[in-house]
Amino acid sequence: MTRPATGLASGPVPLLSVRGLARAFGGVQAVRGVDFDIGAGELLALIGPNGAGKSTCFNMINGQLRPDRGSIQLARPEGPRELVGLAPRTVWRLGVGRTFQIAAVFGSMSVIENVQMALLSHARELLAFWRPARARHRSRALELLAAVGLADQAEHPVATLAYGQVKALELAVALAHGPRLLLMDEPTAGMAPAERGALMALTRQLVTERGVSVLFTEHSMDVVFAFADRVIVLARGELIAQGSVAEVREDVRVREAYFGSGRLHGAPVNTERAA
Amino acid sequence: MTSASLLVQILTGLAGASTLFLTGAGLSLIFGVTRVVNFAHGSLFMVGAYLGWTAGEWLRALLPGSAAGFWLATLLATLGVAALGALLETLILRRIYRAPELFQLLATFAVALVLRDGCLWLWGAEDLLGPRVPGLTGALSVLGVPFPRYDAALIVIGPAVLGLMHLLLTRTHFGVLIRAATQDREMVSALGVIESRLFTSVFAIGAGLAGLAGALQLPREPANLGLDLPAISDAFVVVVIGGLGSLPGAFLAALLISLVKAGCVALGTVELGGYSFAFPRLTLVAEFIVMAIVLVVRPYGLMGRPEGALRGPAASPIRPEPETPRSRALWGLAIAALALLPWIASASPYTTVALVDVFCFALFAMSLFFIMGPGGMHSFGHAAYFGLGAYGAAIVLKATGWSMMWGLLIGPLAGFVGALIFGWFSVRLSGVYLAMLTLAFGQIVWSIIYQWDAVTGGSNGLTGLWPAGWLSTRYPGVTPNAAYYLLTLACVGSAVLVLRRVLDAPFGLAVRAGRDSPLRAESIGINVHRIQWMAFCVAGTAAGLAGVLYAFSKGSIAPDLVHVGRSIDGLVMVLLGGVESLAGPLIGAAAFTLLQDSAGRSFDYWRAATGAAMLVVVLAFPQGLAGLARSIRGRAKA
Repeated sequence: MTRPATGLASGPVPLLSVRGLARAFGGVQAVRGVDFDIGAGELLALIGPNGAGKSTCFNMINGQLRPDRGSIQLARPEGPRELVGLAPRTVWRLGVGRTFQIAAVFGSMSVIENVQMALLSHARELLAFWRPARARHRSRALELLAAVGLADQAEHPVATLAYGQVKALELAVALAHGPRLLLMDEPTAGMAPAERGALMALTRQLVTERGVSVLFTEHSMDVVFAFADRVIVLARGELIAQGSVAEVREDVRVREAYFGSGRLHGAPVNTERAA
Repeated sequence: MTSASLLVQILTGLAGASTLFLTGAGLSLIFGVTRVVNFAHGSLFMVGAYLGWTAGEWLRALLPGSAAGFWLATLLATLGVAALGALLETLILRRIYRAPELFQLLATFAVALVLRDGCLWLWGAEDLLGPRVPGLTGALSVLGVPFPRYDAALIVIGPAVLGLMHLLLTRTHFGVLIRAATQDREMVSALGVIESRLFTSVFAIGAGLAGLAGALQLPREPANLGLDLPAISDAFVVVVIGGLGSLPGAFLAALLISLVKAGCVALGTVELGGYSFAFPRLTLVAEFIVMAIVLVVRPYGLMGRPEGALRGPAASPIRPEPETPRSRALWGLAIAALALLPWIASASPYTTVALVDVFCFALFAMSLFFIMGPGGMHSFGHAAYFGLGAYGAAIVLKATGWSMMWGLLIGPLAGFVGALIFGWFSVRLSGVYLAMLTLAFGQIVWSIIYQWDAVTGGSNGLTGLWPAGWLSTRYPGVTPNAAYYLLTLACVGSAVLVLRRVLDAPFGLAVRAGRDSPLRAESIGINVHRIQWMAFCVAGTAAGLAGVLYAFSKGSIAPDLVHVGRSIDGLVMVLLGGVESLAGPLIGAAAFTLLQDSAGRSFDYWRAATGAAMLVVVLAFPQGLAGLARSIRGRAKA
């Protein structure tokens, strides 16, 4: 029913190829030799029970954590580029954006300044000491804010935003440099169910328009089943299944990993308990 | 050096380690649980020494010639300071646990000022010679070399206190609570422990330890008003090297420092390839050099861990007010009025003399604000750059005979180079550790200036620093120092405007980004360490300019220019003015300098007055003087 769990994309040339990725913390093997691909324009969900190694995988791709073994190759126009060993800021410069489980924004700045910061960094204008930052990249920043529905809040301090709006702002910041891959760590964590769907629909629309691939981890299965093109499943640091939403949903090993038993007699997978 | 005298050096080192450990232990304990860096810790030490003296005098009359009198007095001093600590916690600190770190520092520093003048009022300015401890007078003979008996007793007391504290922390219910709170105080509070009672008792114990250390120091050193600063600086160093919150770490650190110092003395003057180097000179900075090395290798100290969990709303991030046409007009008016002052105030010549000081410190405070406010890096050694600017220019100009105007280039350059070196190390740390490393660098600069007689003039400093001829000419119709005043105004005014623009430029925004969320900053391509390093350099350059202007206004400079007290003055100026607005450091510097200048002349207790004013500001107007002015404006508008 499912293909062997190798997680390789079906598309022609994958945007990101992860091979043999492994990392241990002390004696605990958090990720043990994981292979998967992300195709161009694909929304790939990385799921698994707590402690499966999702965040570790994420942090290795992002450059925050150095893998013990393995390679992470990003396809670039000039040829594939190895990401292992690069700092997060270098990975970002190669076109990989990131959002965090607990939204990370610049709390002392206005909404638009948050986006301008990313645009200034992308334009390599951080070492400008004289002309005010306020006037720079304003229209581009406003476009991005309009795209995530925050145009009216542009001049508000970030501290006055609701959490759902902060998440939307983070998305605008992550899209500012025109990334080709977006890493979203539990994009809907801490949000009300209604907001979740809205944020994911927005994400889906924005990345489709821009041809951005997305790798996201998620505990909420309704979000995964509604928005992912493809799903890969981690358990105890190993890739145990991959495939379309329907395939993964029916996979016995996935049910075992989540519920300790594969026999659910066709009952729908209870999403909240999985979280 | 014989092996016997080496042994005595080591024993002296061990006695010193006990004293250092006792001084630092309480600070570490208090920080671990309450996360407050208690600047008044050295003052509690000093109060312990005074209380020990008073209790000792009193008991000596009751129990003449008995050793019990001394130990009882020590116990009474310990308990007295513990009670004082409990009182301070309940009255002041309890109100500011949720305030930003900086306000806590300011409040405890204000307490230190009040306690100092309290001691002056109660015990007077004279040194009070401590008792000889009956039974511990004179010296033992260690392989024929004399070693004071009292020091031998200290060698035992330090480890004994460590052992008792260890038992308290591991074997009692109370100790378990303290350790739990050190790891996660909110969890402990959520489990139903009454936080305030726990904090008060921890503060009392920590204060008591400081009092004990002070009282025990009495037979070696008279009680005097200068005990507090060295004690707080020792305590910080020990705690930071050991790792915040770790008592065994503090002991290890005390041991390490004392043995390094003993080693320096033992080495003596070493001849190497024609150069002779006097190692004993290093003892003045040994602890700071050890600290710098330890922090570079182990950023959380020998036995420290990254800070425990801190949840809940973080302190409100600081957001400088943007420039408006109105604020620009106000700035312009202020500068124009100041420029006309030499004519307006020609009848009262002292005005422009006092204002030159104000300008120099305003720029000094502004440069400190630059890394502290938007940068979030609390430098405790900022006087280093001020002093490097002053000394750098003075030394070069004296050697070359160039005009003073060259100093306006050399001073900032010296500050820049200092910041380039120290900043590179400092930005790798954060929070209290960064503050302490900058303090260490400041002390290293101070001790070099203090000891390098041939170049810096040592403790006498350098004299005969004259501004260029046209700057010291007296012109008719204006105040006597009008030319120098206008030069200072022009330099400081343009430097402040430049700093202001830089903060509004992309670089300034990036500096704030690194403070707000280093995680997010790195993940949008910002090299946070590099940005912070450059911010350090900008601040060092500006402080260097302030230093050279100050040096030539006085005509002479001395090492106190670089002393830790000067760095703390800078912090007080910034905090007094408020870190939320660019005008803050300027207002703070003006208020502080003028207050010190006028109150210091006419009123013996000006420190207490300053401290009390600071406490009022912190408790009632946590946004500083500038914030206060803004809220009054806001209310007036509404």
